[in-house]
This record gives sequence, structure tokens and C-alpha cells, in this order.
Amino acid sequence: MKLTLRVWRQKNPDTPGAMATYELDGVSQDMSFLEMLDVLNEELIVKGEEPVAFDHDCREGICGACSLVINGDAHGPERTTTCQLHMRSFQDGDTIDIEPWRASAFPVIKDLVVDRSAFDRVIQAGGYITAPTGSAPEAHATPVPKADADYAFEHAECIGCGACVAACPNGAAMLFTSAKVNHLNVLPQGSPERETRVLDMVAQMDAEGFGGCTLTGECATACPKGIPLFSITAMNKEWLRATRKVKR
Amino acid sequence: MTSYSEYTEYTVGEPIQDDRAPSGPVNERWDTRRFQAKLVNPANRRKHTIIVVGTGLAGGAAGATLAEQGYHVVQFCYQDSPRRAHSIAAQGGINAAKNYRNDGDSIHRLFYDTVKGGDFRARESNVHRLAQISVEIIDQCVAQGVPFAREYGGLLDTRSFGGVQVSRTFYARGQTGQQLLLGAYQALSRQIAAGNVEMHARTEMLDLIVVDGRARGIVARDLVTGRISTYFADAVVLASGGYGNVFYLSTNAMNSNATAIWRAHRRGAYFANPCFTQIHPTCIPRSGDHQSKLTLMSESLRNDGRIWVPKAKGDTRPPAEIPEDERDYYLERIYPSFGNLVPRDIASRAAKNVCDEGRGVGPGGQGVYLDFADAIARMGRKAVEEKYGNLFDMYERITAENPYEVPMRIYPAIHYTMGGLWVDYDLQTTVPGLFAIGEANFSDHGANRLGASALMQGLADGYFVLPSTINDYLARNPHKDEVDAAHPAAVEAVRETEDRLARLLAVDGDRTPDSFHREIGELVWEFCGMARTEEGLRKALDRIPQIREEFWRRIKVPGIGEEFNQSLEKANRIVDYLELAELMCLDALHRAESCGGHFREESQTPDGEAARQDEEFSYAAAWEFTDTGAAPVLHKEQLTFEYVHPTQRSYA
Amino acid sequence: MALNFWQSTLGKKIVMGVTGLIMIGYLCAHLLGNMKIFFGPGEFNAYGHWLRVMGAPVLHHEWGLWIARVVLLAAVILHAVSAYQLSRRDIKARPQKYVHTKPRMSYATRTMRWGGVILGLFIVWHILDLTTGTTHSGGFQEGHPYQNVVDTFSTWYGNVIYIVAMLAMGMHVRHGFWSAAQTLGAGNHTRDRALKAIANALAIVLTAGFISIPVGVMTGVVS
Repeated sequence: MKLTLRVWRQKNPDTPGAMATYELDGVSQDMSFLEMLDVLNEELIVKGEEPVAFDHDCREGICGACSLVINGDAHGPERTTTCQLHMRSFQDGDTIDIEPWRASAFPVIKDLVVDRSAFDRVIQAGGYITAPTGSAPEAHATPVPKADADYAFEHAECIGCGACVAACPNGAAMLFTSAKVNHLNVLPQGSPERETRVLDMVAQMDAEGFGGCTLTGECATACPKGIPLFSITAMNKEWLRATRKVKR
Repeated sequence: MTSYSEYTEYTVGEPIQDDRAPSGPVNERWDTRRFQAKLVNPANRRKHTIIVVGTGLAGGAAGATLAEQGYHVVQFCYQDSPRRAHSIAAQGGINAAKNYRNDGDSIHRLFYDTVKGGDFRARESNVHRLAQISVEIIDQCVAQGVPFAREYGGLLDTRSFGGVQVSRTFYARGQTGQQLLLGAYQALSRQIAAGNVEMHARTEMLDLIVVDGRARGIVARDLVTGRISTYFADAVVLASGGYGNVFYLSTNAMNSNATAIWRAHRRGAYFANPCFTQIHPTCIPRSGDHQSKLTLMSESLRNDGRIWVPKAKGDTRPPAEIPEDERDYYLERIYPSFGNLVPRDIASRAAKNVCDEGRGVGPGGQGVYLDFADAIARMGRKAVEEKYGNLFDMYERITAENPYEVPMRIYPAIHYTMGGLWVDYDLQTTVPGLFAIGEANFSDHGANRLGASALMQGLADGYFVLPSTINDYLARNPHKDEVDAAHPAAVEAVRETEDRLARLLAVDGDRTPDSFHREIGELVWEFCGMARTEEGLRKALDRIPQIREEFWRRIKVPGIGEEFNQSLEKANRIVDYLELAELMCLDALHRAESCGGHFREESQTPDGEAARQDEEFSYAAAWEFTDTGAAPVLHKEQLTFEYVHPTQRSYA
Repeated sequence: MALNFWQSTLGKKIVMGVTGLIMIGYLCAHLLGNMKIFFGPGEFNAYGHWLRVMGAPVLHHEWGLWIARVVLLAAVILHAVSAYQLSRRDIKARPQKYVHTKPRMSYATRTMRWGGVILGLFIVWHILDLTTGTTHSGGFQEGHPYQNVVDTFSTWYGNVIYIVAMLAMGMHVRHGFWSAAQTLGAGNHTRDRALKAIANALAIVLTAGFISIPVGVMTGVVS
């Protein structure tokens, strides 16, 4: 396959960036999208040009590092992570636009690499169960109904990639935040901190400069792990409940 | 059987011993050690700083737990978030001797299985401790909210895994590593928010600072700004994972690397059993030269999938057209009692053998079938989907083949490294104050790791072992002297690091870092991969110094050091692979026996199984660094087996 | 607490949801009343009169009407202020657009902001036209709403403004009702089809109902 790539190049956070065009030949259908970029980078290095910087690590769709907006879609046309997108999703002769996640809470570091530390701070605000090592009761002491365990798992699958924020026209982090709230709040182990968790995480989410939710559903469409839009609804309910229960 | 003891590219030094494990009954040793260990007064703990490198299961768990105890933790990861450490990719599960199934499991059985599975090259004391702690890990993870799979009654579900006959593996669909890691990450996040952990993400350790023979700090590079900084502490913990990426193609993350452990090795930490690398039998075969990494399909698939190849050589018919009696379910045939659930090393080698016979399937004949047709017929498609859905999806995504209809194609690939920094029972390396936990050490798996035991070991080390043993070191070694960046040892370590990076940038040759990585990787895969021979290893040992020389002549790293520069990161990691590969091959050459993941063709039984040479090699090989390309010193740690007596492993 | 509530994006959304539902409730009542126009001037004007004596004898003349007006005004203001503040925030959260863009959201979702502005302007015009009569086209008569309505819809621009605004209202209600349900935590997988159906039904009934009045005038059914 022969492709034309238009890639966002930006030297550092303080320098304005722009799209640059590259022609790439000899791309195989079986390559992953990132392997295609590897080929481009090898060519650029040999030519003495700077390779394109992009985040990636496990390349098996679980670490959440990869983060490209491909032709306007976070993670590209398939419902998966960029690293699991294969070139068979494209045609010979295609022009492909590659851009970084765009959100003011995710400033660009270089080229296609952005700073997603805001997500870590949202988790630090309450996305945990306080259970210091050694304090745990016997695992079977508290049975968890299978439906609740499955519900928790479905939300715990979030990989923190940030595609939801990138896809949201408001740069909102509701899907990410709600996934963790719902994972922990449905479990009996998470119930003592149920109210403070949702209040603190939402407050931190706002403090990071993420936008608000207008329920466009773009986040859930982009989510490679299929976290449902109703995750947000459930968090709204938790938040409303918490505001009634907790007096601050 | 030839003996290679006359081999002279290394020297033999004093034997080394683990003097921390107490004597006495094996099941009392951990209690005894914990009681012997001195404690640090809770009020004094915040005065102690501990550096933890890595945020995977071991590092994340250790950082959180040490901070909970009151220590000041300074932690590092090269990823943009501690949540992305490669433990996240572990699929299958975590072992624990809970015996919830009432199927005859016990701590002793897990201990026995692990020693046997490791082909009698692990320390009994360590393995027994691991088995004891396994039950606490499950409790801890459940309390943290890890959503393990559950039965309809609300209790935890388990499944069986390779190499054992009980069902002791706890799992969270095919994402157990992810869920366990998020549990540790969340506990760590709580400590970061509380100000007890100072977290440095996108920061890579590039050297160890040793002052007066003790580990006192690290040199690290901020990957965003390129700034080189020093950090100081009372103890340094390496939880930086294994070195599988020396093979270029492996199931490791692209940026997983050996720099932290290799730099520590260069500063005096012995490296043990580097040739013990694990080949995982069920990976997706490579599809071409562009391949950048390999993807594992969880071993749990072998519970229900049946592995086969055509009986005839060069049979290129589609699998559905090959009738039952022309298929060879070779694992079930050769190992009737364990069948498809034989340990990883055995399953991998058997796959290599049938492919070498010309019966492999798929492009290049480098693959075997893993067939779910029987499972779907027996359990129904829905049950199969429930159990393995995400793995099947992943397979289809990568290969564009639907495994519900066509059998999967799998082939072995490098997955885990049992070798690592030598540690004693306290997980302390030969450099006082330097600890290694998780895959970074060599301690618990011997020559072969059983499935679902890596997660168990990482969490055991991080949550329970290290936080107990490190107290003893800190209590016995109060540091009166403050060390800072002006200390000669720190200045020297920084200078060496800066020189190395400057040299990489200055060569301005004509070959990319990846091209060297691929070259060294292909070399070790060919000669130090699934099967090893003296001849091949000698070839590799001749070739590696040449590649190293060429590297420093032809490497091209664009850009500058004081910026975000992924090429520079990569090239710097390859510098260490080029030395580590040599030690791996040397270790493999010196160990003229087959055991576990290390298969020497010269040492096999008449029916082609691995033949250990216990009288000669019942030891862990701990290597001392001398200089790049110079002969290292071998220190042998003799292994004694009081409870599990070495036998020829038999899974037939 | 109230301050925290209002400062949170979620709090503001909840304010929008609740005020939106109040307005939808009002629209339904308003539509029912308006339908009386098809039963002739007597019945319609009597309904107009009843609005002023609503609640009597407990309530004084026009008190009921004024309570409704105050509640509605508060709802409109809270709804608009929240919307304005959230929109400002949303735009700030996503300052740089993608070079490669494609429309994907439904039309109703994408037009919530401008639709809201159109509706706001319409409400002002509608009050000036038919409540105060300030901008009324032909001799506004207090106490004769039937004639006033007929006058308004006898001009082309009256019809255009009204019909465009009602279409905008329909779309706004369609996304707004479903959205409010999610914001208030009422949505889930099993209930979603019902909620979407209700949203669509509300949108269609309200739009068609209101538009039937100018159509009635134009076709001479109402004259």
C-alpha cells in the first residue's frame, strides 16, 4: 500500500505546531497502525529528520498509552486502541490525518504526545478503596453477587487512554471518572467511601479543566473498552445521592 | 555428555550463599525471619527515604505499602502514568493455595508444584514463603476492590492452569494483570495524594549511586525535558521488570527494558541465571518483517483448547478439511496425563519440534492450531465467550480470523525472564541497600515459571516480603552522613551517564536504533532461544562484540539530549542489551545441562526431554561484572533440596 | 453545600435538567390550553380569563398566573445561565479543533446551544407579541387573545418566526428530555428505549401541536 500521511508536528509545548505531509510506500495490510508509523520513523531517521513522537507501550490494547486521532476519530475507525488498529482498515492511496488528543487538560508535549497526568490526579482524589496492606479480611467473608461483580468489572476495564476526552466536543472526562466511580461504588468493599469518592473525584475532574457533559455520546463511541454511556448516568445518580447524604 | 568446565571466558569466584533464610522447618522460616528482623520505630519511618523504581505489581505494591507504613517513598516510572506498567498485560490469573475447590490443594502443594515446575533450580525457602503468602494476596486484592470472577453464589471462581492438577488460579476475565495492577495503582494513588509518595512519571533510571559500598541513590533522566537528575535515599528498590526485550520480539511492552538492573549489575549487583528465559507456548505467530512485538494469548486457553497439527508434512489444506484421524493432537498423545496443560517449556518445545518436522501451519510453517471446536460443542458458544471473549476478540483483531470458526494459530515467543538480579531471602542484592523485587530478581521460579505465578510473586514481594525485610536493613544501617549531588560518587555516576548519552548523539552514523535492536534480538533468538547448542552459543558470543563495535560506529540518534527524544531512549537501552545478551549466552554456554526454559540439545533424554545434570549444575549462577567485554566472575549458590527431591520432571 | 452544588459541572447540569423538565411540563399545559383555539373564540377567550382567576378564591386575581410566571422566569434564567456558563467552560476545555473533523452527533444534539439561543429570543418576541402586545401587528386587544393570535398568524413573518422556533423547540426537547433523564440518573440499558420514545413523542406532539395553530389560521380553520 502507498499512503499519504498528514501528521501533527510540534517541537515542544511552547512552539506552535502544524500538519506535515509524508508519503509512505510499501505498507503491508497486516501491519498495525503503529508499525506503519515505525516504518515512517525509520525512514525519517535515515534521512536525518526527526522521527514522529507518539506514546505507545504494550501494543496489545491494554496499557492505554497509545493515543492518536486518526481521520478525526480517537483511535481511528475501529473500536479498539490505536495499537490494535491494522492497516487492513485502510485502502491503497488513502490520505490519513494523524493528530494528538485535543483538550486543554491534555497539553501537547511533543508531536502526538500529550500529558494525561490529570487522569492520575482524578484517581488520587478518591479512585481507590482504603485497604492498607495486611488489613484485609478473608476474601470469602463478603460474597459479592455475580451481577455486581460483573458490573464492577465492566467499568474497571477502563484503560485510562483518554479517548473519551479526545472525542468529546467539550473535552469532558465524565466517562473516565464515572467508570472508576461505578467500579468501586457497586462493590461492598467500596461502600464506606461511596459518597466522598464521587464528590471528590468530580470536584477534581472539574478542577483539572475538563468540560461538562452534554451527553453527545461521542465518548462511549470512541471508548476502546466499550464503557457504556450509562456509566455517566449512574455517576450522576451517585453524585446526586452523595450531595444529599454528605453535608460539607 | 561433554563437560565445558574448561571454558575460560569467565573465572570462578567464591561461592555465594543466602545467609538470611533461617534454618528449621521450611514452613516456619518466614515467621522466624520476620521475628528476627529488626523494626524501625513508626515515628522514625518518615525520616527514611526509599527509592522505588517501577510501578508494576511489585513496585506499585511496594511503594503503596512502604508509604502506608510511614516511609517517605520516591518512586519512578518511564511511562506517563504508574497505571501503565506492563504487569497490566498479564492475562490469565494469579495462583493462590486457598483450596476453595476442595480439590486437594494446600500451601505445600503449591510449594511442591512451583519447585518442580522450576525444574529444581529455585530456593526452597523462598518458594515456600511465596506459597504461604499467596493466600493473603487474594484477601488483600479483594479488599481493594479487584473484580475477580465470581460464581453465582457470590464467591470467587477459580480455574486450572498449566503444570498443575488443581484449580487454584483466580482471574478477572482475561485481564487479571490489569485488575491487580489497578488495585496496586489505586493504593499507590492514595499515598501520592497523602504526600507519602513522591511520584516521578516519565522519568527513567539510568544509573545507581553507590556510596561506601551501599546503594544510596539513582541517576534518572526526565524523559520530557531530558534533564539528568540525582535522587538520594536510605535504600533503593528495583522493581523494573525483566529483560525479555533483549530478544527484540517478545510479549514485553515496547519500552520495557533492562537498563535499571543492568546498571545496578555494573555497580556490583550480581546477575543470576540470565539464560533462564521463558518461552510462552501460546502467542500469535508473527506476520512479517514489520512485526514490532508479539501478542500473547493467555495460557488459560489451553484449558479448553486442543492443540494439534496435521499428521502429514506440508499439509496445506484448511483446518476444517483435515479429518480427525489425520490430525495429531501431539500434547495429548505424548503427555496423556497432563495433555494440553503441560508446563510452558514443554509445550513450547513440542511446538518447535513439530514445526521443525515440517508439520507447522500458517505462513512459513511457524504455527500450530489451538482448536476450540470441541469446547464450543461441549460448553456452547456462550460459555466459551464468557470465559475467553476478550482473547478471541483480540485474536480476531490482529489476524482477521474468527477463532469461533477457524482454529487459532499459535507459536511460542519470549514472555518472561526467570533470571535477574541475585537476591537473598530478604530480596537484597549483593549491593547492601539495593533490593530487587518481582521479575527483576531471580528468586522464586528457578528455570521455569508456572502460569499465573508471576502475578503472585510480584505482589508477594511488593505487598508482603519487601516491606517486612527492608525494615531490618534500615534499622541496622542508620545513615549518619547525608549524601547529595556533590558527592564524588554521584558526580561520577552523572558524568558517566551524560557521557554515554552525548556519545550516542555524537556518532551520527547511518543505522537506526531499531535496526541494531532487531539484529541483536534475532541473534539471541536463534542461538539462545528455544534450543541452545555449544556451537550456536559460541557463534553468538563471537558475533555480539562485533555488533557492539558496529553500534558505536554506525548508530544514528537524531535530535538533542535536552528534549523529549524517543530515539535516544531506545538507543541507550540497546547499549545495555548489547552487554546483557553476551552474559545470557555465556551463562547458557556454561550451563551444559537442560533444565526448564534452558534446553541444551547436548543434554536430553533418549525421548527428547530435557535432561538435568544435578551433580554438576544444582546451583544458581550469580555473575559478577568486571568490564564491558571482559570475563565476568561466576559465583555459585549451591541449592539444597530437603523437601522436594529432584526427580526427572514427568508430565506424561 | 448549595454553593458547592452550583459550582460543580454536575450541579449545573442538574439545575438545567430540573428547569428543563419544568419548562417541558409548562409546554404541555400551554399546548393543551392552546388547543382550545380550535373550539372558537368564546371558549378560547374564556380559557384566557380563567388563567387570571386560577386558584380563586384562595388566590387573589392573577396571583396564580404571576406565581407561574415567576417560576417560569426563574427556570428560564437558571437554565440559560447554567447553559451559558457550561458552554463557556466547554469551549475553554477544547480550545483547539481537529484539522480533520466530521459531524457525527445527531442534529438535535449539535444544535442544543444555538437552538437554545433561538428559543430564548423567541420567548421574548412571543411575550412582546401576545402578552404585552408591544410588537403586535394589528391592534392588540387586551382580553381578546383569540383575535390577537389570528392577527399574528395573518402575517408571513409571524408564521415564519413561530414555525422555525417550534421546530427548534422540538429538537431541543428531544435531546433535552433524554439528557435530563441521564443527568438526573434515571437512565439505564433497560429503560433507554422507553426514555428515547418518550423524548421523541414529546418532541413530535409539542411541535405538531403548536404548529397546528398557525396552520389553522393560514388554512382558515381558525379565523
